[in-house]
Amino acid sequence: MIGSIIIVFREVLEAALIIAIVFGASRGIAQRTYWIGGGIVAGVLGAGVIALFAGAISNAIEGTGQELFNAGVLLTAVLMLAWHNAWMAVRGRALASELRQIGQDVKVGVRPLAALGIVVALAVLREGAESVLFLYSLATSGAGWPSTLLGAFIGLSAGVVLGWVVYRGLLVIPLKHFFDAVSWMVLLLASGLAATAAGFLYQAGVVPTLGRQIWDTSNILAQDSWLGMMLHILVGYTDRPMGIQIVFYLVTLGSILALVHGINLFTHKKQNASLS
Amino acid sequence: MKFRNVIMGGIALALATMSGLPGQVHAAGKEMTIVIKDHKFIPEMIEIPADERIKLIVDNQDKTPEEFESKDLRIEKIIPGNTKGIVRVGPLPKGEYEFVGEFHEKSAKGKIIVK
Repeated sequence: MIGSIIIVFREVLEAALIIAIVFGASRGIAQRTYWIGGGIVAGVLGAGVIALFAGAISNAIEGTGQELFNAGVLLTAVLMLAWHNAWMAVRGRALASELRQIGQDVKVGVRPLAALGIVVALAVLREGAESVLFLYSLATSGAGWPSTLLGAFIGLSAGVVLGWVVYRGLLVIPLKHFFDAVSWMVLLLASGLAATAAGFLYQAGVVPTLGRQIWDTSNILAQDSWLGMMLHILVGYTDRPMGIQIVFYLVTLGSILALVHGINLFTHKKQNASLS
Repeated sequence: MKFRNVIMGGIALALATMSGLPGQVHAAGKEMTIVIKDHKFIPEMIEIPADERIKLIVDNQDKTPEEFESKDLRIEKIIPGNTKGIVRVGPLPKGEYEFVGEFHEKSAKGKIIVK
């Protein structure tokens, strides 16, 4: 049972942290709960489907189907997060001031909510499919279903509690700085996911390593320690990164920053023009 | 509806990634097979030459799925029960590289020795 608690908690952890950040990023937006909840439900259903077809996916495209699928899922999430940060650059300040003035949730279009719903669905899908296969494997190779499922339930609950604690922690940030802070978290999250995607693309033979091991900090902070794992999810910490992963990280970071900066410049100019 | 979009998006992106980056696929040279049976690898140790890309076929003969994982080789791949999974290894410098079956980490352990 301990085995299933730990594995499920480890898988849930990633999804829980991502959901916590997305919950922060959609603060003050009316109907966000439906979209994020819908994302979770879609992700769980998707995880079941992926687990069922794991064999077919795995061996598609000359045996690189699973790697390419994972990379595709990750890069789609990166695009959605980038899009959200761009949207926040346009709407964030207005949203924060509206929130302060009205004190109730603000209605926005469907698109920002859909983007975040997709991010949530993809996070749950990826981690969920692995959990389902692991639990099935564990239960049928000796541990039995009752103890496996009980362990899974405890691991899942612990993950949900942790996500909730992280979200409550985010809310401590004053509203004035809140959306800036969350945008930074989204930026680092997206860059980290891009680096992970690079790992899968390498595994599929699509990209070169550009250096197999640029540094090794596994004896200072191992990536499979709890702190290493948290930092891996939140900011993309990798203890033995390949060159290509660093490239993907920096390109994502730079592109989103440039996009947001460009939008800020543009809207600033427009405001100045309308003032004069 | 939403879910289908997500899946289609993922697949479309995977395909776009592939077609966008041609020419990088290393031709996998040698083929080698490693079997998973009773949550153990057979053989538990394989030798491969340095600086060569090897196509490693992981033949999972158990009923249960397994995840072939190696932090040293930067590989993680789920292989469902009674199926074969393909992983690409190398080109690697000389040394020892450990791998495990993550779903049965206690029994499923192995090593690749690069000479």
